[in-house]
Amino acid sequence: MSDLATLPTTRDEDWRYADPDALKELTAEVLDDWQEVTLSAGETSVQSFVLDDTNPGVTRVRLALGEGARAEIYAIASASEYARLEVEVTLTRGSHFEFGGVTIGGGDVTREFVTRVTHAEPEATSNQTIRAVHWNRAIGNFLGRIEVVRDAQKTDAAQNFRAILLEKGASANTKPELEIFADDVKCAHGAAIGALDPMEGFYMAARGIPPEVARKLQVQAFVADAFAEMQDEAKAEELLGKVLDRLGDAQL
Amino acid sequence: MLKIENLHAEIDGKQILNGLTLEVGAGEVHAIMGPNGAGKSTLAYVLGGRPGYEVTEGSVTFNGEDMLELEPHERAAAGLFLGFQYPVEIPGVSNVQFLREALNSQRKARGEEPLSGGEFLKLAKEKAGLLKLDMEMLKRNVNVGFSGGEKKRAEMVQMGILDPKLAILDETDSGLDIDALRTVGEGINAIMRQPDKAVLLITHYQRLLDYVQPDKVHILAKGQIVKTGGPELALELEREGYEAVA
Repeated sequence: MSDLATLPTTRDEDWRYADPDALKELTAEVLDDWQEVTLSAGETSVQSFVLDDTNPGVTRVRLALGEGARAEIYAIASASEYARLEVEVTLTRGSHFEFGGVTIGGGDVTREFVTRVTHAEPEATSNQTIRAVHWNRAIGNFLGRIEVVRDAQKTDAAQNFRAILLEKGASANTKPELEIFADDVKCAHGAAIGALDPMEGFYMAARGIPPEVARKLQVQAFVADAFAEMQDEAKAEELLGKVLDRLGDAQL
Repeated sequence: MLKIENLHAEIDGKQILNGLTLEVGAGEVHAIMGPNGAGKSTLAYVLGGRPGYEVTEGSVTFNGEDMLELEPHERAAAGLFLGFQYPVEIPGVSNVQFLREALNSQRKARGEEPLSGGEFLKLAKEKAGLLKLDMEMLKRNVNVGFSGGEKKRAEMVQMGILDPKLAILDETDSGLDIDALRTVGEGINAIMRQPDKAVLLITHYQRLLDYVQPDKVHILAKGQIVKTGGPELALELEREGYEAVA
């Protein structure tokens, strides 16, 4: 039986942009289902998560990195119902966390990434690149918390969120949250929300490229940043293909 | 080939073209010259179908077909090439991908088979060589980080690959040094000087016309063609200025 007292609502900061109706359906089992990954010193791990129609809802991942370890997570949230990937990461000395994520889709659907990155020791680095592409009344969110503990000097943490809204009615929210208790650190965050550049579209049309193909090229260029750090090019192509397939469903 | 009659067009409710009439036949090169604000770029954009440029009166036919009825990409597939005064940068899309997509979209619209990757690269290499543009430049993103001259040469490489019937070149000579001007001029001749093709050169200066000899020169002022002559008209303009001649 689920414990109602522990279930989140949109009054909770970490769930403030979530779909309230979808939250009512959540169960404690789902919320307790953390996928735990521990990397020992110097180890590398690359994981990808595709939250599409075969895997909607809440997915929670917790990573603990040993000294000098490297974890990369690449994700797509494209399901036709509420989809949320949460990633909690604890970094120790010299370790690196890389996150690349794309939320894409239409409908009246919320898709979101929530990351909590703790720089627990000095000299760890993290880089997060999130792109959102939405239409209809869809919502794309990124909530990114970075915590740099006391004495975690030489931390270098970056997050970058950009959204493109293909139609009026779609929206995007982002909430960077930096808690920094060390004084010799670099923490960068950036966010931008806009539309596809119409002059690019006209230039492509003037060369014979029809609007739907032009849009695909523009979106491809826009989301590619999220997978730019992937060494496995075939895998990166596969993820990009899944993103563009979803775009193909858009009736604009 | 191109027949423009009594063309009126406006942007944001502001009238820019006021009854422009012009005919360009197959095998011909025409130059349009005119002072700033005459409507030269507007004419190019209207012919290309840029959104926001509204035709309020008049007609444009291209090989007998009503061009104003066509979407911009359909005009391109029908054989129109618009050379941009300020070529647009497209970060994240390589020239090779962009042009292959463009060429194959046009071929598809005309019911032709697409070119394979290998066939396309061979064609691109040939046209880049013609314009003395390093093939490496074509692997880079469209116009991103290109100098003004490189952008214009890249435009001409695009024109070579797409092989249009009619090219409307909006100040293709601006931003070019003397050597690049000659290369671009020779490129235009090589690609477009054919009996079944035509060129409309929009320019401020006579200098490009040293390399691409026009059959006719038109002066555009206040949204109309106010004077038409042979190549000597461009020289006269250069000597005496628009106010004296037009």
